[in-house]
Amino acid sequence: MPYSELPKRTLFWKLFSSTFILSAFTLGGGYVIVPLMQKTFVEKLQWIKEEEMLDLIAIGQSAPGPIAVNTSILVGYKIAHIAGAIVSLMGTVLPPLIILTVISYVYSAIQNNPIFQMLFFGMGVGVAAVILDAVVTLATTVIKNRKVIPILLMVGAFIAAALFKVDVIIVLLVSAIIGVLTLIKRPLK
Amino acid sequence: MIYLQLFWSFFQIGLFSFGGGYVALPLIQEQVVNIRGWLTMQEFADVVTISQMTPGPISINAASFVGAKMGGILGSVIATLGNVFPPFVIVITLAFIYYRYKSLKVMQGILYGLRPAVVALIASAGLTMLIHALYSTTGTLSWFAVVLFVIGFVIIRIKKINPIIIIGVSGVVAVAMGLLGVPL
Repeated sequence: MPYSELPKRTLFWKLFSSTFILSAFTLGGGYVIVPLMQKTFVEKLQWIKEEEMLDLIAIGQSAPGPIAVNTSILVGYKIAHIAGAIVSLMGTVLPPLIILTVISYVYSAIQNNPIFQMLFFGMGVGVAAVILDAVVTLATTVIKNRKVIPILLMVGAFIAAALFKVDVIIVLLVSAIIGVLTLIKRPLK
Repeated sequence: MIYLQLFWSFFQIGLFSFGGGYVALPLIQEQVVNIRGWLTMQEFADVVTISQMTPGPISINAASFVGAKMGGILGSVIATLGNVFPPFVIVITLAFIYYRYKSLKVMQGILYGLRPAVVALIASAGLTMLIHALYSTTGTLSWFAVVLFVIGFVIIRIKKINPIIIIGVSGVVAVAMGLLGVPL
């Protein structure tokens, strides 16, 4: 049934439960949850057309914040304007909010347990390997594009942050300004 | 006023974390460890580890965890609200502009400059985490961790297996070795 014919309460409940379930049971961040969102809202519920969903995902990626959260806000906005955006935002945010709040209390209680410390020591090493893998993949993409300014930006930002401990936000602001200036002078086709 | 500080710190993290994934990592570290001192580097590394194994974006996870630690359930809610507030406003504004003009030129320019810088910042934060991970609690370089890291990195580069498996197995191996008396 098209969403415009559903009673408001049913619509909001469906929006909330869909985003809540997606958020609660999806490990692996935006790259996993966004395709699943597409499946739910385009294929299953048929509330959004394929093309429009792709546009919404693109907008979600060009704004700051987690892609999963942004896309879900946009889906809610498309379905029921600001109220819809708030409902789907709540559905997406509540599962991690509840889980991590509980973990925070448990963590304080067992933080000094030696077995727990060994476990997290080992897992921390694994996380470092996973992050380095992501960094190598991302940096390779930048280098492979063979554009001078992005490569210089990447090297410059690394030196500024890692060696000179320049504030992260300043590095981001300067890079954003350079990006805008570059595109104004030489727009992408 | 802890609630205001939580809101403001996570507001900044939400405002500047462009591009998803690990982008929030350096911002969270800067705010939570360096500026506010709400978490030690060890606790921060643990939160990142927990985030890899639970659902939800890392910035929301960190907001909920740190918020709960510093200000209970209310703190958790306020930090999370601060974190999603900027993206919420910006995303809706963009959607509005998009439906009206079908163009996002300035946004494209911003992203053009941010993408490479973000890679560098993740690398820098990753380096800090790596150095931290390779040193044991006593402050000496852990050869066990070095070997574990190299094996884990090689496997994930070559085989592209699920990161959670790498992380989980690394944890179990560390516990087993620790219980056998191998110095960690």
